[in-house]
Parts: sequence; C-alpha cells; structure tokens
Amino acid sequence: MRLDWRRAYYIARKDLQAYYLKPPLISWGLMLPLVFLLAFYLRNPEGISEVSPGLLGMTILFSTTSMAAIVITFEKRIDALERLLLAPLSLRTILLGKGLGAAFFGLAMGLIALIFIIFIFGLSVSYPFSLFVSLVLSCFTFSFLGILISVGVREVFEAMTLANFFRFPMIFLCGVFIPLASMPLSLQIVGYFLPLTYAVDAFRQSLLSAGGLLNRWLDILILAGFCLFLFSAAVAVFKKRTQE
Amino acid sequence: MEENKEIIQVQGISKKFGEIQALQEISFSVKEGEIFGFLGPNGAGKTTTIKILSGLVKPASGLAFVNGFNVISDPVRAKESVGVVPESSNLYAELTARENLIYMAQLYGVPKKEWESRSEELLREFNLFDRAHTKFQGFSRGMKRRLTIAAALVHRPRILFLDEPTTGLDVMSARGLRGIVKKLKEKGVTIFLTTHLIGEAEELCDRVAIIVKGQIRVIDTPMVLKMKVQDTEVIEIKMQPMPATITKEMEAIPGVEKVTIVEDRLRLYGKTLHESIGSIISHLDQGGRKIFSIQTLTPTLEDAFVKLTGVDAEVMRIDKPVKMGGIN
Repeated sequence: MRLDWRRAYYIARKDLQAYYLKPPLISWGLMLPLVFLLAFYLRNPEGISEVSPGLLGMTILFSTTSMAAIVITFEKRIDALERLLLAPLSLRTILLGKGLGAAFFGLAMGLIALIFIIFIFGLSVSYPFSLFVSLVLSCFTFSFLGILISVGVREVFEAMTLANFFRFPMIFLCGVFIPLASMPLSLQIVGYFLPLTYAVDAFRQSLLSAGGLLNRWLDILILAGFCLFLFSAAVAVFKKRTQE
Repeated sequence: MEENKEIIQVQGISKKFGEIQALQEISFSVKEGEIFGFLGPNGAGKTTTIKILSGLVKPASGLAFVNGFNVISDPVRAKESVGVVPESSNLYAELTARENLIYMAQLYGVPKKEWESRSEELLREFNLFDRAHTKFQGFSRGMKRRLTIAAALVHRPRILFLDEPTTGLDVMSARGLRGIVKKLKEKGVTIFLTTHLIGEAEELCDRVAIIVKGQIRVIDTPMVLKMKVQDTEVIEIKMQPMPATITKEMEAIPGVEKVTIVEDRLRLYGKTLHESIGSIISHLDQGGRKIFSIQTLTPTLEDAFVKLTGVDAEVMRIDKPVKMGGIN
C-alpha cells in the first residue's frame, strides 16, 4: 500500500501534542544541546563559529533521536502502538508519521540553535538553501535512526541508553568538535559510515562557506541515501518484530 | 441484510510462539449480525485469534477472511471494516476523550466534515459527553473501556472484535458494557468477543466456540451446548468444612463422574446421581461435615463447558492480571 502522507501528518501532530513536554525529551532533546551550545560560547566566544556546525548537528541528533525513542517506547509500553497497527494504515505510513513528528521537533530545536548561532553568536549563513535542505534531511535521517534504535526495547531509559551508545561515539567520530581529517585513518573510515559526518560537513559549508570533506550537495545526496536506508531498515525490523 | 452470510471465515489457522503452540488448525465462521463468542481459559488462544483476524499477527498456516478480504495478504483492506477493542484500554492518556475520537477518525479515514459530529454522537451514545474535554488518564476503568469501544466504532465498522471486554471492571460497569454490546448487535454490528466468563458468553452470545489449548472443542448455540449435558444430573451441596481431598473422596463414590467446588458449594455430576445420593450423604456424615443444603440443578453452559472440555470451571474464574498502562 502506498504512503499516506495525510495520515502520517495526523500521527506526527498527535505525537507532538502528546509528547513534547515529556521530561526525558526536555532533558535530552532540548537542555543538553543548548547547554553544550552555551558552554562552548562562554568558554571561547571567538571560536564559536568553528564548532557551530557541529553543535547544530548535535542538537538535531539528540532532539530527533530522543523524540523518536520516547514516542516509540511510551506507546509500546501502553499498547498504543498496537492501536496504530490495528488501523488501516501501512507500516510505512505509521513509521513515516512517527519520523515526521520527531523530525518536526528536531527542526524546531535546530532553528532555536540557529537563532543562537545567527543572532547571539553573530554568524551569517552563506548558503541558506543548502542549509535548509541539509537540516530537513538530517532531521528525518536521525529520526529514523531513533525509531530503529527503539524497536527492540520497551522502556524509555533503555532506549536512551541504547541511543547514547550510538550518539556519543558519533560526536567524536563525525567532526562535531574534532575535524575528521585530524583523526587516525581507522577512525576516519568509521566516520565515513556515519550520517552525522555528512550533516556536519554540509552545515559547515552552508554556514561558514568553508571547504569540506565533499561537495555540500554530495553530502546532501549521501544524507538522502542514509535517510532512505534507515527508513527501510526501520520498516523491515518493525515488521519482523510485530509479527513475532 | 443478507441472511446467514458468513462475514468471518477461518480455515485451518495455526500459530506457534517459540515452542508454544498457540493455535492448532482452528476453523470456524461467523455469520453477519451475530454475537460470536470465543470461550476458554486464559492462554487458550483467544487473543491470538483476534490478533490474526485483525491483521496484527500472521499465522503459520491457514486462511482467514474478514468481510471478504484475506487478512493475511490484504490486511489493510480487511482492517477498514473492522473495529478492535483490545484487552487493555489503550487510548492516549494525554488526549481528551474528544481528541482521542477525532484522532481515531483521522486514522480510519473518516471524512473531515464528520469528525466533530461523529465524535459527539459517540460521546453521547456512550454517556461520556459531559467528560468530552477530560483527558483519558483522568477516567475510571469503566469509562476508559466505554471510550475504547467508542473509538473502535468511529468509522462505523461492520465487525467489532472485543477482547475480554469486561475484565477488570466492577459489577455495574460490566453490566453496563454488556448492555452496550447488545445494543450494537441490534444495530446490525457483527460482534466477535472473547471471554473466559461462562456467564457472559451465555448471556451475550448467539453462538459459542469453546477453545482450550489452541484447539476448538465445540461450536454451537448456548442452548444446544446445554442440551448436550441434559442427560447429566447435577447436585449442589452447601457444606462445611471443605477439605482439599473432598473432590477425590466424592469421585470415588460410584455414580459420581465429576466434582467441582464453586465457592462454598460442592457440585457433583453424573448420569445416575440420584441413585448415589444416599452414599454421598452418608460419606459426608461420617466425616463429621455439616450439610446446609442439597439441591439439584438444571445444567448450565458452565456444566456443558466442564463436561466438554474437562477444564474445571474454577480455572475459568481466574482473571488475567489487568494491564495498568499509563505514561510516566
């Protein structure tokens, strides 16, 4: 059955209405990235431009994966996810809806971070269009990563722990604080297999007009590939789990 | 409405969860407009059957059609004509009653112009209109159950699946809910319900399938099932004390085929029980037990169930733990 974007939107809207004030989401999805942003600014206001793209990537990564993990695990625990599965919707529509809600939340958090970066830290955006496209794609990619992580667990703390197992290494391996080129070759190779690398690279070029690992549109293309792959993987794993 | 049209057809469905054989080649059909009950103890395979028929779980083998659609190959189409009330009342705690119904209307493709009117209609019908703006988490268990049924009806399904509808409810709420089920039948909704409560099946169902350990033992109307044990005499003795060995003692008396304990009463079954009554009373007297009353009973569906399945009626009275749900 084809994707039903309208019903996916209803799912996303309900998720935002029901979950955006949940304590784990506020602490992991909102406070942590903003605390990082302020901490780096207060430590070295002049050097903030260098880490801004990484901080933007980190903000989106934490907010989207937290939202996705909370939505999936809460709903699994109260059997509300079963209610969605009983509705005449394809699994792809359901997961698109879940991803859409998390992506909206991540985009809102990303825009808050951008407001800090532009209006408080005083940076300008060199390529607004590619920044917008890479932001949106990153939000969807990390949302589907969050869904995939949450499929196998039932409690929110389990989902958060498992998510951190992926998120924290990504901070160090994807050029958020340390440029990828300055890392040992073995770690660089690992970094090339992680989506945050391409998100941060695209943000860096779009925000600072700096040279990057790849052309920023190639970064965006690779992000799109990750997005499709993670969505398909989430659908396949979910299908297997629900039939068990 | 076409008479006797089979709206649900199940042919040789089997399902295994790990080493546990949940269903073993079950086959049955449900006629349009009837209340069809799946009666069995906890773990018999009732919920698994509903999950298969509602497209949640794929069977290992067999075929199932709901409203003409194959639930295995075309689950989305099958789901369109079905409303499901799962065992736990699993609506959204943070949404109000009205918001929950409107959300369900959105998911089930109800036209936008009908969202408000349909939710209002259901809130009135289920006596929840004055609580329309109360969040689901603030409802009592009975109200949650009523709203969960209302949510399953939002798209006007032809078939309603009810999984253990009165489990965990107080007597008044359970009675009210059974009234709702009867009214839905009057409106032409076909109802497939599972229950472990024999009295509930007898009161509500046009036909009953008795399922034990994943196998259907018998399917018939409660009346016919009761007639199958008409040749069995039932005597109920109220007495004290009731030692644990009493059933074995009684079954040792010639003519007594089966013994069950119902609260503080002993229920004896046998084809020629009237010939054994003297032996029964003298045995109880010898043991120094005090007999308060002795009466013969007309066979009930419970008696039919005990005879046909060999499962003690007491086992059927054990409720599954109620899922509390709730979001932290």
